[in-house]
Amino acid sequence: MTERMVGEVQITRAGITIQSEPPPGGIPLRIAGIHKTFVSRGRTVEALHPVDLDVHAGEFICLLGPSGCGKSTLLSIIAGLDSASGGTVWANGCEVRGPGTDRVLLFQEAALFPWLDVQRNVEFGLRQAGIGAKERAEIAQRFINLVHLTGFERSYTHQLSGGMRQRVALARALALDPAVLLMDEPFGALDALTRDRLQIELETIWAATRKTILFVTHNVREAIALGDRVLVFAPRPGRIIREFRINLPRPRRLEDHALVDQAATILKVLHESDDTAGGVNAQ
Amino acid sequence: MPNETRTPSRQFGISRESLTPWLRRLAFYLVLLALWEGVARAGFWPEYLFPGPFTVLETLIRGLRKGTFVTATLVSLRRLAIGYGISLVLGLTLGLLIGRIKALNETLGSLVLGLQALPSVCWLPLAILWFGLSERAIIFVVVLGALFSIILGVEAGVKNTPPLYLKAAHTLGAHGIAIYTQVVLPAALPAILSGLKQGWSFAWRSLMAGELLYFTLSLGNLLQTGRDLNDAAQVMAVMVMIIIVGVSLDQSIFAPLERRVRERWGLG
Repeated sequence: MTERMVGEVQITRAGITIQSEPPPGGIPLRIAGIHKTFVSRGRTVEALHPVDLDVHAGEFICLLGPSGCGKSTLLSIIAGLDSASGGTVWANGCEVRGPGTDRVLLFQEAALFPWLDVQRNVEFGLRQAGIGAKERAEIAQRFINLVHLTGFERSYTHQLSGGMRQRVALARALALDPAVLLMDEPFGALDALTRDRLQIELETIWAATRKTILFVTHNVREAIALGDRVLVFAPRPGRIIREFRINLPRPRRLEDHALVDQAATILKVLHESDDTAGGVNAQ
Repeated sequence: MPNETRTPSRQFGISRESLTPWLRRLAFYLVLLALWEGVARAGFWPEYLFPGPFTVLETLIRGLRKGTFVTATLVSLRRLAIGYGISLVLGLTLGLLIGRIKALNETLGSLVLGLQALPSVCWLPLAILWFGLSERAIIFVVVLGALFSIILGVEAGVKNTPPLYLKAAHTLGAHGIAIYTQVVLPAALPAILSGLKQGWSFAWRSLMAGELLYFTLSLGNLLQTGRDLNDAAQVMAVMVMIIIVGVSLDQSIFAPLERRVRERWGLG
């Protein structure tokens, strides 16, 4: 069993031991009537039908649905990178008016800066926050270790595999100690094995830090393996059509029968909702 | 532990494959020089019009020994450095502004595009009218030679900054000037570098053209004196000198910079 430090918490593969004080953890999110329309070639397109959603502090929510159903748009609005056509997002009771490091967005393409090595990438947010070089390096090292990339501090993006890039992106986000992680199909472009391993690692980190996580995916089993709740989206207009609470014990195993049954139920909903559900992956 | 490790493979040492192109190149130049010498000796033209490679080499060595070629090179390099330095500062600033501000792009951007079509030597008559046959006139032409290429390179790079990098920077808390210095400029570096490289070669060309008209000692001026003295050997020797200076600047500054950026950005 390997032991690693996350802030003040010591994690083992088997579980968590609280060492000193409990971690700060996540914050609640309230999404009220958020909708998004845009004009394309003279036509008004409704990308996101008004969404209402309450997320508890430390909850792991999976947003599931085919491409173009507004999941990413919603995430982008919560991150403050995109503006809504109407509605409000409250993070811990404060209205969201722009990007903030309490909510960090992760992308499918990892979005590492190719001109910076791994360590400088992880330090990027800390540098913006005005943290001194020495402290930056220490924090970065801790999170590079956490995502198992010790020894790759001086590597550049193009020297890393897709899975390693996502680990760096995760470390870069975690280094800022955000209360909310907004993850936009971060494992979507990875091979199945790497994805499984990163799912387990993400769950371990979440269990240790209790951050609020919103995780976009079009992979039904991934959603069930990770989420406390799975919100099923449908396209045209993008909207939430069903909500599933996943009460399976953690850590969950992808080949668990209960999980597979649950996946079948959700897949059925997706197929019934729209013929476009072909875009959803049963894997 | 991640098993997905990729290390860049590099080959060190001289292998047979890397030696062959060099041998081929050497053979090519030897044949070329032999042909040149042959034509010169055949005596179709008098020697002062068509000297052989040995005469040219002799003139080159004499010029270097006397110091005239060295001084001339230094004078030209000094002008190049001043002119290029000025266009570097102006070009980076203007390129950044034109690339990021739409109103400037639509106005100043189109002007730059138009002026880029004008060979910079065309500015020389105007420069001489304004500044006289002075140092300022020639530096003016060098600046204009490099400026537009640099502006366009920076502008292209800045305009094509992947939006994903900007989003990532924003979500990680970057704002204001840091977006430019830490994201936009580095992201644009490959395009900026090709603008800088084109700018330098244009500056070098304009400088040589401008110096042809000058009476003070410089590389371009040495070409002109060679002509005045009916001394083709000197003209050719100075041409060789100009090639050497140009190639070595390119190889010592731009080639390594480009290689580093390509490696770092994973482009090549």
